[in-house]
Amino acid sequence: MSSNAPSHEDAHDAHHAHSHGHEASHGSLKSYVIGFVLSVILTAIPFWLVMGEVIESKAALVAAIMILGAIQIVVHMVYFLHMNTKSEGGWTMMALIFTIVIVAIALAGSLWVMYHLNANMMPQMSPEMMRNLP
Amino acid sequence: MTMSEINTQTAEKPEFYLTEDHHPENSTNLGFWLYLMSDCLIFAVLFATYAVVGRNYAAGPSPADLFDLKLVAINTAMLLFSSITYGFAMLQMERGAKAETLFWLGITGLFGLAFLGLELYEFYHLIHEGATPQRSAFLSAFFTLVGTHGLHVTFGIIWLITLMVQVSKRGLIPENRRRLMCLSMFWHFLDVVWIGVFSVVYLMGVVG
Repeated sequence: MSSNAPSHEDAHDAHHAHSHGHEASHGSLKSYVIGFVLSVILTAIPFWLVMGEVIESKAALVAAIMILGAIQIVVHMVYFLHMNTKSEGGWTMMALIFTIVIVAIALAGSLWVMYHLNANMMPQMSPEMMRNLP
Repeated sequence: MTMSEINTQTAEKPEFYLTEDHHPENSTNLGFWLYLMSDCLIFAVLFATYAVVGRNYAAGPSPADLFDLKLVAINTAMLLFSSITYGFAMLQMERGAKAETLFWLGITGLFGLAFLGLELYEFYHLIHEGATPQRSAFLSAFFTLVGTHGLHVTFGIIWLITLMVQVSKRGLIPENRRRLMCLSMFWHFLDVVWIGVFSVVYLMGVVG
């Protein structure tokens, strides 16, 4: 049937392939629901941790929020934005990796530089001195 | 019928350019993805600014004094619901079901409006309490970051309504499918940014 299909079948197939593009970039109901359930869980946990005051240690709490947030971003990327290494011949992934590198440099660099600026410049400044600044 | 005749006529014209790699839908997707990545850099800069000056309260209110986490949780839920309903709209679009697509797009828009309404209420409440952007570096950075996200959602909703009108008038033609795909990426991207906002600004702010 498919080996010598009529021309309109071919045209339909071509149209199908065109309008749908790459199958991998669209989700199914299952993938959306999985992504949604994971997102709800990953959102509920940090809110519960903070609002319920479950963890005493601040450092542990911040670490938990950061890690859960990072996991949820990955979940969104995979299940909602349908990121994979194959779409667009890998160029979306390349753009994403490049962006992550730039974002990491911008965030880590800003915090690092400004923290050291604070550490180097602030100790001499008491609140009284701050108030008397010109 | 006439459309197909026109198509066959144009197809027989000689073409002097390479057609092999040209796939309009794909190139649009990649281009839009690149736009989203550049938008991501804007948010990265705003996040970096917030991270640097977010503790400079200038003897003013701190996040723990200001933020109502219940409101933020509801807001987060609104955006998350709007994400899944947009996913349903995309699934209906692939089935070619115009009415269902419009229905789910409408639901998405309502969730988006609910999110926006709650955020505006929060801003109004903050400004009413004297926590204006001028009050401290923390509040300047807060309003810039969260406001930019809210502005994105606003334009997302305008875009959504525009597409709903287009789909209702023209149907699910390839052009509208492409546009819906772009808005889908935009909408889910805003949800990804919101994960950063509620984690870094609200939750970590209240933790202190």
